[in-house]
Amino acid sequence: MVAIPKVCGIETEYGIVVRGVPDANPIVSSSLLVNAFLGQYIDRVAWDFVDETPGVDARGHRAYDAMPPDVESHLANAVLTNGARFYVDHAHPEISTPECRDVMEAVVFDRAGEEIMRRAMAAANAALPHGEVVVYKNNSDGKGNSYGCHENYLLARDLPFGRLVSQITPHFVTRQLFCGAGKVGCESPGVSSKRVPYQLSQRADFFEEEVGLETTVKRPIVNTRDEPHCDSQKYRRLHVIVGDANMAEVSTFLKLGTTSIILAMIEDDALGNDLALADPVSDIRSVSFDPTLRALVVLHDRRKMTGMEMQWELLRRARAYHESHGLESLGDESIGKLVLERWEEALAGLESTDRSVVSHMIDWVAKERVLLAFQERHDCRWDDARMRVLDLQYHDVRPDRSVSARAGLERLSIDSDVERAVTFPPLTTRAYFRGRCLEKYRDDIVTANWDSLVFDTGHHTLRRVPMMEPLRGTEAHVGRLIDESDTANELLRKLGA
Amino acid sequence: MTERTQKQKPAPQHTDEVTDAPPAAAKQGEKIKADLDDLLDEIDSVLEDNAEEFVKSYVQKGGQ
Repeated sequence: MVAIPKVCGIETEYGIVVRGVPDANPIVSSSLLVNAFLGQYIDRVAWDFVDETPGVDARGHRAYDAMPPDVESHLANAVLTNGARFYVDHAHPEISTPECRDVMEAVVFDRAGEEIMRRAMAAANAALPHGEVVVYKNNSDGKGNSYGCHENYLLARDLPFGRLVSQITPHFVTRQLFCGAGKVGCESPGVSSKRVPYQLSQRADFFEEEVGLETTVKRPIVNTRDEPHCDSQKYRRLHVIVGDANMAEVSTFLKLGTTSIILAMIEDDALGNDLALADPVSDIRSVSFDPTLRALVVLHDRRKMTGMEMQWELLRRARAYHESHGLESLGDESIGKLVLERWEEALAGLESTDRSVVSHMIDWVAKERVLLAFQERHDCRWDDARMRVLDLQYHDVRPDRSVSARAGLERLSIDSDVERAVTFPPLTTRAYFRGRCLEKYRDDIVTANWDSLVFDTGHHTLRRVPMMEPLRGTEAHVGRLIDESDTANELLRKLGA
Repeated sequence: MTERTQKQKPAPQHTDEVTDAPPAAAKQGEKIKADLDDLLDEIDSVLEDNAEEFVKSYVQKGGQ
């Protein structure tokens, strides 16, 4: 098997409050946010739920005893001209980036998602008689309630799922070392914040299973939702629920980049089975709980190593894979190389005497640096309420309140690319077709979904255009066709639909 | 060997170096401290008031 292109995307559920309205219903305020944005910027096109099957399990069965997430079709929900989906999910506003061809593009669209949230807040607050809607790009309220930042990766269907689970888990347990967003306190049952005053990850406290279908309870490290949103004979979509939402662009870049490489290695059967963990659920917490980075993980053969040693070993193997197979599956050659370089830089920096040398790259280190400096200046400790306020405000996306915006984080994206990504889709995935059609033929589109558009052009039947190939419908394929078609009818005729 | 050589360095000379012309590392250290001070000044100015109440009021429904 040859690793297939690692098309990827990020779904982020934001925390939401209405300042000045303590009992605000979060579903209502989230809907207000989405609708205010849509009212201001675009007319609404409804999402099509026909192909949503969150109850199908990648292990090959429907899990009747599990609780698949509800598809809440009555909530605010829309597709944007940049190919993204902006909607209300489980009492949170959520943005799914469009399908991106490479991880650098995903970084740009993740940033664009923050900008969309800022504009949505401005529009919603203009409509509110009093109070202020505020969203936070984090994953926990510090009181035991968590909401997700999920990643999606395109995988070959014929990859055996069992191999995927055992081989990706060591990375999912230890990658938080460089992509954890940091958290004050602990929400694991039975573990006090006195024992764990600060930990690497926002999410590690909430994982209770190694593998499974759930996403809201008994969360698994490897989620088995089998909902490819494309040709299910050829592809899988790996739905990753175990990551944190990142403010640091390098953390996002590394989270997606290292995972894409490891997945390509698993597809090519080039990673090996010897790193499988005996108790990943316990390990994911111990790694998160230990900012001294000495926590051990235990392998199936009873060998022990630190999380850092696991990451160094994965990097060593990734370098060997780069030599033997190349990293074309990540897109342009420069992307894979950059991931390897920054990966090494992150690990080396974490091990240096003063790890603040990587505070520009890694969220949990950047946040820790601010918190420790604040403690020193104000002579306070971890149990001071201001620690939790700073933690929250690290994830505040408003420029006048954001702590992360002041923490010296390195930018990988440039403002003009982010600005463009707010309204314009990626060029090299099917998101291009979706976004351009919504921008140009909005009035003729009845519903949109990840893998189809449905047009109503006045004929007696609706016309559905399937988009089952994530890398078709690109600018190269359909750019000219769309440019030269003044109406949806004309486009459909030329497409032969 | 290296350790022994360092220990033999006369201490006063080391102090002179710092007062007369700060070595690069010390300069770097000062800059980092100044940057951190600036950062803390900014943080103090954006920090939400009434921390206890602010933290208490941040309650979310669980999501995915």
